[in-house]
Amino acid sequence: MASPAADTNARALASWLSGRCAIAGIGQTPYTRGTQRSTLELHLEAALAALADAGLEADEIDALMPNEMSGVITEDLALCLGLPELRFSSTIRTGGASFISAIQSACLAIAGGVARCALLTAGRRGYSAQRVSKTSEGSMLPMPILATMDEFERPYGNSVAAQWFAQAARRHMHEFGTTSEHFGQIAVACRAHANLNPRAVMHGKPMTLADHQASPLIADPLRLLDCSLETDGAAAVVITSREEARNLRQRAIPILGLAEGHGDPPTSITQKHDMTEIEGLRRAAPQAFGMAGLVPDDIDCAQIYDGFSWITLASLEALGFCKQGEGGPFVLGGRIQLGGALPLNTAGGLLSEAHVSGANHVLEAVRQLRREVEPARQVPNCETALVTCEGDFHEGSVMILARE
Amino acid sequence: MAGIQRPLPQPTTRSAPFWDAAKRHQLVIQRCSACGIFRHYPQPMCRACHSLAHEWARASGRGEIYSYSVAHRAFHPWWKERVPYVIATIQLEEGVRILCDLPGVPLAEVAIGRRVEVCFEDVDERVTLPRFRLV
Repeated sequence: MASPAADTNARALASWLSGRCAIAGIGQTPYTRGTQRSTLELHLEAALAALADAGLEADEIDALMPNEMSGVITEDLALCLGLPELRFSSTIRTGGASFISAIQSACLAIAGGVARCALLTAGRRGYSAQRVSKTSEGSMLPMPILATMDEFERPYGNSVAAQWFAQAARRHMHEFGTTSEHFGQIAVACRAHANLNPRAVMHGKPMTLADHQASPLIADPLRLLDCSLETDGAAAVVITSREEARNLRQRAIPILGLAEGHGDPPTSITQKHDMTEIEGLRRAAPQAFGMAGLVPDDIDCAQIYDGFSWITLASLEALGFCKQGEGGPFVLGGRIQLGGALPLNTAGGLLSEAHVSGANHVLEAVRQLRREVEPARQVPNCETALVTCEGDFHEGSVMILARE
Repeated sequence: MAGIQRPLPQPTTRSAPFWDAAKRHQLVIQRCSACGIFRHYPQPMCRACHSLAHEWARASGRGEIYSYSVAHRAFHPWWKERVPYVIATIQLEEGVRILCDLPGVPLAEVAIGRRVEVCFEDVDERVTLPRFRLV
């Protein structure tokens, strides 16, 4: 963890931003396997839902951040929503880490007085198009960061994220004695929570640890049930100043802490100095906690990006909920399930709710803080929530929300 | 398998010396001419001293397995009949890492820490791939 001096610097840097902005509205499409809608139509549907949730008209939006991985661009949204005055937009290119980094961008624009009302959208047709699981001759997703890997790693069959992260998981097992059953605890917890969430794609499909262990290996040590879902759907978030959000339709959810961090070097997981650490989150966590004036013990529920179960385990370490290497024992004994000390991924996560580029974790955190989820999965007295995104190669972004 | 092509590297101006050396069955790694630090993947600048001057130094070809995965499912048709196969990250003696497969190595022999040495596969007249074998 960072030294006390670094923590002080982190607080000094960003404390002015703490609580300046709030999430004023959230929206989503159904999460499905199969859709007739285009990706843009899904984003627009989620956007309209978020605007209605906030009680805002579309023409009040003056900042746009569609998620990089969706292929939807600012112009698509501005055209279809009919925005008269767009003052700010940004495109964050850190894959799955982008969504919360984009929220940081929105907050800076709003707190800085450049914009008033930001709309962020995310989601892909991960089932109906772009299916990772379908064997393909095409190159990897055409993200610039992947060019080096396309040249040096793909010729050896290191093609998809499950294979990249499998090596990180294997090294973690080697160094710390982490086991596949530890990964399974995370998968089982997410599935248990999904079974309490009627919107989850895996609702009604229970999973035991034995089921997890019996699921086929994709890239050893990662099994099918260690991998996030391929689904269709989109989600959207509206952010305004905290003052403005207080005057809108829903309870304002203030953003107390925000930070992003990067893994070094950024070229590939194979090149990381320490493959076992989600370095981006380890660097971002002190900044976000320092900004919020909180520590891990203060967090009532956590929505941790779960592209793969191992990512969640390593994220808990990087965030400081436990020491590096202790993520395995940490997830035992029901700690991360509803009713435990740190309920995690309470809507089912990317593993069992849907893959919405991490945006669904933000929606769930907001719903928990608003106390509007199904009673069986409401975290009692939820006052604080932490959300992470992880993307590319150990890039991370983290956000801490509170109940107003 | 007719018609399925193995994905092959498309060398760039920056990386061409690496692949040209591979054709000669040599493993070369960029080394900063100013401070001597090796780096991989190829970059124009040394991150330690910011010098743009570099050379391509002959690597010993020896290293050890830093991590690996066994791919059980193919995500490119070329590997459809080749699963399971090993993907390994090799830590070279020079301190840099290289990703490779381990052709012909029984899965039970693969372990973190096992020592390896480079060998070369002439895929076609244009491309030779460095590969590794256990020692």
